Amino acid sequence: MTPQDYEFLRKILKERSGLDLSSDKQYLVESRLIPLARRIGLSDIGELVQKLKVGTEPLTSEVVEAMTTNETFFFRDKIPFDHLKEAVFPALVQARASRRALRIWCAASSTGQEPYSIAMCVKEFAALAGWRVEIVATDLSQDVLEKSKAGIYSQFEVQRGLPIQLLVKYFKQTGELWQLSADIRGMVQHRQLNLLQDFSHLGTFDLIFCRNVLIYFDQDTKVGIFERLSKILEPDGVLALGAAESVVGLSDAFKPYPDRRGLYRPNAVRAPRTGSAAMPLRAVAAATR
Amino acid sequence: MRTCLVVDDSSVIRKVARRILEGLDFQIIEAEDGEKALEVCKRGLPDAILLDWNMPIMDGYEFLGNLRRMPGGDAPKVVFCTTENDVAHIARALHAGANEYIMKPFDKDIVTAKFQEVGLI
Repeated sequence: MTPQDYEFLRKILKERSGLDLSSDKQYLVESRLIPLARRIGLSDIGELVQKLKVGTEPLTSEVVEAMTTNETFFFRDKIPFDHLKEAVFPALVQARASRRALRIWCAASSTGQEPYSIAMCVKEFAALAGWRVEIVATDLSQDVLEKSKAGIYSQFEVQRGLPIQLLVKYFKQTGELWQLSADIRGMVQHRQLNLLQDFSHLGTFDLIFCRNVLIYFDQDTKVGIFERLSKILEPDGVLALGAAESVVGLSDAFKPYPDRRGLYRPNAVRAPRTGSAAMPLRAVAAATR
Repeated sequence: MRTCLVVDDSSVIRKVARRILEGLDFQIIEAEDGEKALEVCKRGLPDAILLDWNMPIMDGYEFLGNLRRMPGGDAPKVVFCTTENDVAHIARALHAGANEYIMKPFDKDIVTAKFQEVGLI
């Protein structure tokens, strides 16, 4: 792949998905796009770039999807799901006792392991029995959403993070594949969504899982997304980020949830801003490095 | 260092499991069937047992029953690791006292995830 081809791909990926590839990620691009190029009869990435320059929208979408589809597994990192059982759900059960309804958004939900892990947590949490719990799963890629909707996973996929008791309880075996029960699948609604675009139409949520996706965005994009997330999260709601992600130094829209690493709450008391909300904070962060 | 007893009649599987588990800081003891595994446990209980189902002399299911009836035999975390990949076998294993269940083939990620699940890592 020539440096020019790499730059071209970086630019369209940034524009279309917000994916911010550093200059040393050629291997990643090659590992994802060479199989795509070969599948459509092209010999290498150079030919793929030439075809993209002619401007075929379906191919551009395929390239973006190939680059933004990331590995996921059930109950990834385990701790966030322990937080749900130990802190988040108990607090929300109390706070929403009269409404008996929860709305949860799982952003960049990929092939569904995360929203379905949340759904299983809800099912296992006795105090939420009989509540109306709506889980909205969104992703940029229609392909992964289709896989997610089907709820069918390989033997490898169901063994990475999923406790065996939950496999037996919520999945049906068909040969070497395992399908989630209709009950769990029915708890999750799927919608295609680009996080770079407006998502206010999704409504407000009590809990937002936005894990392991913001790491691929540049600082300004992250700041903008945090700002917009804060507008659709209930004042006593919770935001869950990935293990390598944080709002610290980027946004004062959220504050850390006490003693629960990776969780954040909307910050009711925000610093007065002059112009962009991000700039003063980032300046502070830079000055303290 | 914690100990893991790897019970499998296949020396290849034992070798693969040993490599993975040593990478996770376990000291490995090997046994090629349930009877030999039981002898190991009578000398001293390991922290974890990675257990095949189908083996000559004494299979994994029978071994597990014997282990759980031993004094202190409820302590080791037992993770089945078998080609018996159907719900009925999994349910039987859990009922007999298995803590987790790996369906072969497996890799390092799966073993790590299962050992994390039962609190061994």
